Amino acid sequence: MSFAAHLINGISLGSVYALIALGYTMVYGIAKMLNFAHGDVIMIGGYAVFVGVSNLGMNPLAAIVVSMAVCTVLGVTIERVAYRPLRGASPLAVLITAIGVSYLLQNIALLVFGSDTKAFTNVVTLPNLELFDGQLVIKSVTIVTVIVSVIIMIGLTLFVKKTKIGRAMTAVSEDKGAAQLMGINVNGTIAVTFAIGSSLAAIAGVLLCSAYPSLTPYTGSMPGIKAFVAAVFGGIGSIPGAFIGGILLGVIENLSKAYISSQLSDAIVFSILIIVLLVKPTGLLGRQIQEKV
Amino acid sequence: MKTKAGRLNKTTKNDLITYGMVILAYIIVQILVSTGHVSSLIQGLLVPFCTYAIVAVALNLTVGILGELSIGHAGFMCVGAFTSAVFSLAFKQTMPAGPRFLIALLIGAASAALVGFLVGIPVLRLRGDYLAIVTLAFGEIIKNIVNALYLGVDSQGIHFTMKDALSLNMEEDGLVLIKGAQGVTGTPNDSNFTVGVVLLIVTLVIVLNFIHSRTGRAVMAIRDNRIAAESIGINVTKYKLIAFTLSASLAGVAGVLYAHNLSTLNALPKNFGYNMSILILVFVVLGGIGNIRGSIIAAVLLTLLPEVLRGLSDYRMLIYSVVLIAMMIFNWSPNVIFFRKRLQQRLTAGKKTGKEEA
Repeated sequence: MSFAAHLINGISLGSVYALIALGYTMVYGIAKMLNFAHGDVIMIGGYAVFVGVSNLGMNPLAAIVVSMAVCTVLGVTIERVAYRPLRGASPLAVLITAIGVSYLLQNIALLVFGSDTKAFTNVVTLPNLELFDGQLVIKSVTIVTVIVSVIIMIGLTLFVKKTKIGRAMTAVSEDKGAAQLMGINVNGTIAVTFAIGSSLAAIAGVLLCSAYPSLTPYTGSMPGIKAFVAAVFGGIGSIPGAFIGGILLGVIENLSKAYISSQLSDAIVFSILIIVLLVKPTGLLGRQIQEKV
Repeated sequence: MKTKAGRLNKTTKNDLITYGMVILAYIIVQILVSTGHVSSLIQGLLVPFCTYAIVAVALNLTVGILGELSIGHAGFMCVGAFTSAVFSLAFKQTMPAGPRFLIALLIGAASAALVGFLVGIPVLRLRGDYLAIVTLAFGEIIKNIVNALYLGVDSQGIHFTMKDALSLNMEEDGLVLIKGAQGVTGTPNDSNFTVGVVLLIVTLVIVLNFIHSRTGRAVMAIRDNRIAAESIGINVTKYKLIAFTLSASLAGVAGVLYAHNLSTLNALPKNFGYNMSILILVFVVLGGIGNIRGSIIAAVLLTLLPEVLRGLSDYRMLIYSVVLIAMMIFNWSPNVIFFRKRLQQRLTAGKKTGKEEA
């Protein structure tokens, strides 16, 4: 039974990674940049819910909506102020700026909320599921996390395939110049992508903090980096890939924590990234992109 | 007839200014120290100045000359620091300080170079964002492993384990060198400001000569246009690996200096984690990407300022991050570059017409 329990914990963690990875993969697929600050947007989303529920006494659901709004505004602002001026600049410059933004968010949170760990109240108040006469307990937050991430994954896939703005995203990710000639507002499309990615980050933040109820200014950075690993694992730019990569990574991390070494689990996760990039750089579901001279 | 200084070309002159700056700073500091004008706080910072200057120069070789972003340089520093500290601790009683430090230095640099080479083989096949994230991942792996590693030595040889000190199965007289998360304690204090400055100058000689060598020019050609460089027969992987390994090994040297300045060495997020890698990157960006002298100045200034302005220490990282973003946008944004060019043109045009009127 303990194997099943570890597996389920892994799937729970993996669904959170999957949600974060969806944000990464959309932004990477369309703006062709690694939004390093994505993990820290999650942290801000967590703090927004924390302040809403604990300090202002809001209904958890209302707090989540507020948190999504905060993160969306934050994501679009970051894109407008820091990333848009650098469109067309070297990838190195964009990446360093993204690291700067990530650091900025962490330090703002550090100044505003302090470095002490905040005890996050679980916003999922459903009863836990008990199987085999209580031998295997599945936490309700696990079930909610998995369901929410599946719904979002399917919703996003439909959004990108069926709606006008989703198709505009695909066009921009294929060729910015050509998309612009076809009358697509490239900057606007990228801003929408950031908005979607950031609102997903808010949901991911809430679920992450509900499953692991401690909140610090650095809460988002490690899951953020691991979610990027997940996005690469699944094939960057691919929505189902990000989902599968996230789940697999969460399971691998939890199983290695349980059966190999808890100290080395991060090292194992990162080794997977290196192995994937060596063996199949495009990831599980990614496409080969030819480089033009 | 041209004077001697006039015959020196621009790069040689530039390099001489860099060396001169370091030597002059060293002399001034030594005079100030001997006349008692330097507080103990600043004296404690002298070796860190050199450490950070060396690692900043090392990273600038990767970022500025090779044109690839590494956010795992603290990992190479960590390798250099731990291997050299283990050596120095093991031979603390049996060797005199001078040769011991020299060998420790070589061991630190060589092991960092070896790790850099091994990491470089897979990593340098990637580009841009992937490379950055893999170096970051690698830095975290190193930190994790070092934190979990127990290493001891006795008459039976070397023992190591990932579990705890007891499972080393050591003899009574054995010496535990690395105690997991507690790290290495009792490293001899072999480094001082003079050693630091000498190492900094050696680093500068290596890096500046490398940049102006045939190899260095090949590396810069790859940076500027990889496909064009490949098409004229430059072996991209080979030259990238050379530059990356050299950069890693110099970061290892900085680690050696770091380890021998402290009696306790452990791998914390603060000194060898992601934060440290970012801090080194801030030095490089603030000093100017590709500008070796700038890296040294920025490393020294940014190490000195927070200590002098204690009141700002809460805002230190906040200010760094704002500076990082502002510098990148000011220097790299296509619109800002265009605006700056136009402004410059208008200013020079204004001067010219002004002269004509006069």
